[in-house]
Amino acid sequence: MQKLIKDGTIANDSWTIIKTATGPEIFQAAPGKAFIVPLQLWKDFREEIEEYNGSIAVWLDSNESINKIGAGLQSLPLIALNFPAFSDGRSYSNARELRLAHNYKGEIRAIGDVLRDQVFFMSRCGFSSFQLREDQDADACLMALNDFSDAYQLSAAEPLPLFRRR
Amino acid sequence: MYQYDNYDHQMLRDRIAQYRDQTQRYLDGKLSEAEFLPLRLQNGLYIQRLAPMLRIAVPYGMLSSRQLRKLAYIANHYDKGYGHFTTRQNIQFNWPALEDLPDLLTELAEVEMHAIQTSGNCIRNTTTDQFAGVAVDELEDSRGYCEIIRQWSTFHPEFAYLPRKFKIAVCGTKVDQAATQLHDIGIYLVSNTAGETGFRILAGGGLGRTPIIGKEIFDFVEKKHLLTALEAILRVYNREGRRDNKYKARIKILVKETGVDAFKQKVNHEWEDLKASGLQLTDEEITRCQSFFTDPDYQTLDNEPDTLKQQLSENLMFASWHEQNVNPHKIDGYAIVTVCFKSTGVAPGDVTDIQLNALADLSDKYSFGEARVTHDQNVVLADVPQEDLFSLWQELQSAAMSSQNLGLLTDLICCPGGDFCALANAKSIPIAESIQRKFSSVEAQKEIGKLSLNISGCMNACGHHHVGNIGILGVDKKGDEFYQVSLGGSSSKEASLGKIIGPAFAEEEIPAVIETIVDVYKNNRQENELFIDTFQRMGIAPFKEKVYAKAD
Repeated sequence: MQKLIKDGTIANDSWTIIKTATGPEIFQAAPGKAFIVPLQLWKDFREEIEEYNGSIAVWLDSNESINKIGAGLQSLPLIALNFPAFSDGRSYSNARELRLAHNYKGEIRAIGDVLRDQVFFMSRCGFSSFQLREDQDADACLMALNDFSDAYQLSAAEPLPLFRRR
Repeated sequence: MYQYDNYDHQMLRDRIAQYRDQTQRYLDGKLSEAEFLPLRLQNGLYIQRLAPMLRIAVPYGMLSSRQLRKLAYIANHYDKGYGHFTTRQNIQFNWPALEDLPDLLTELAEVEMHAIQTSGNCIRNTTTDQFAGVAVDELEDSRGYCEIIRQWSTFHPEFAYLPRKFKIAVCGTKVDQAATQLHDIGIYLVSNTAGETGFRILAGGGLGRTPIIGKEIFDFVEKKHLLTALEAILRVYNREGRRDNKYKARIKILVKETGVDAFKQKVNHEWEDLKASGLQLTDEEITRCQSFFTDPDYQTLDNEPDTLKQQLSENLMFASWHEQNVNPHKIDGYAIVTVCFKSTGVAPGDVTDIQLNALADLSDKYSFGEARVTHDQNVVLADVPQEDLFSLWQELQSAAMSSQNLGLLTDLICCPGGDFCALANAKSIPIAESIQRKFSSVEAQKEIGKLSLNISGCMNACGHHHVGNIGILGVDKKGDEFYQVSLGGSSSKEASLGKIIGPAFAEEEIPAVIETIVDVYKNNRQENELFIDTFQRMGIAPFKEKVYAKAD
């Protein structure tokens, strides 16, 4: 079972990720649940999603642009950004753009190859929840969120870089 | 020099604690080789052919005497008594053990040094011209801006996993000694028509397999937007740089494949979002960072004092060294001294613990306790009173650091090559040595004049062979080592890439080939032409003809 860190604590996960899907059948067959669906599915089946009585969020792969989300971005309760490999840094930029350019206030979740040694930087970029890779120690990851006491750069939580606070 | 405050110290301590834990988990088998790799690389640790190699950051090349002594101590305690100055103003050690690294880093932190981001796919050490702040024709001291960039790029959370490494150079001097146009981002301080100082920013330069000169992205950026402009470029690169092929992953390939105009558009789009953010620099921050690089306590001295004139006329050796290694200083009565200790049989950049300690003592005695590492792997004492030059030279002689070949043929740049490096196709240090033996007379070298000769042991081009007036590249031909020669490269403001002269040569042929090339230049030069000028006037054909001419 993959563990979840959310808003600085270990939390239960109410969301189910639909990794690949071409149609709305999966969530339609499970009323009242919460699903994270691929961006393309969310764009292709807006009507079905409107009619669904549960919650729907989207996930983007690292090569997908935030701009592809388009209208409706602000109404999404959660946007998950995938790390196909921990060394693929594109989702860091996507998270920063969501927070800083789009002023998105909802949950941004890191999914995929999410490891202890990267969660600090992820949180600095605006990720608020982390679905850890299966083998990860959740307590250790929680501690890693405090690896550094401060940072030179601005972040979603701290809009002033260090040089404006010194 | 920049002085750490509590914030800088605390973040450095945090990183060491984090790295100590990461190393322990790796040694305990809890962290895989692949997962530990970028963590150790971003702390400067490579695993090389013979042993680990640790690269320590020397921000924009500046070292205090205290730091030099610490490096001497590290050479002694963790290495075999020597280190190696790199072409990006850093220093590396070849033998420290992986498990000793956290302790070594703790010692370095005592003198405000570290190995952060000296390797890995992240923003590397920011470099600049070694004459910054003392050059005669400088627009503004670049080092305050380098420090601003250093802090912005250190632990930047968004850019820790870029497609590939990323190097930035800043130049505020008229003569560019920082190879600025061959960096992922090259920054020139410029003034606009209103007389304000700002930045001209290039992107997409680099050496390696596909050498490219950087393209202009911004012709003038206001000071306050230095970081917003850099962040915009980096974001476009992080998102769109190729990750499918490491040989096509540098920003130069992205700029080339996207097209400069389309790339600029993307950057401008990001920049619009960033301009109004807190990242915009404040006057206070610029002033704060610049305040660490103010002039030392210069005395009122005369230019060319009589004592110096007399010493120059009485001692030919001193005069020869003075002519080659001493540059004019912006303040009357002072001089910039480049200490060159490249000598035959020693790998360029190699420096012993004894030499490091001697440099520390000499910088205390003659140059306000500071020294600078250069892109050509030499060391500069930037603030030497002219009346002290003779005694400095005498002391350099007894420390075996008075080579007077600065800027001449044997002051060559050379990577560690196949003797040390796991990537190399061929050895490079023995090639350097064979050339140095062929041209051992300084007088003969002076007769040839300024000529840069750069040697790389493989296509990764750590020895910058593309931008040597003469470049030598080690290549592998069915298991045998051969050497390809190129001519006409330059890393100056008029940067150019060398052209390959023809089929590669065997190791033993190289000294004679170089001699033939130099002879073609000597026989054809006009008036004050340097090698590069003659080459540009005549092209490669006459060189090629002589080099490949059949023996009679």
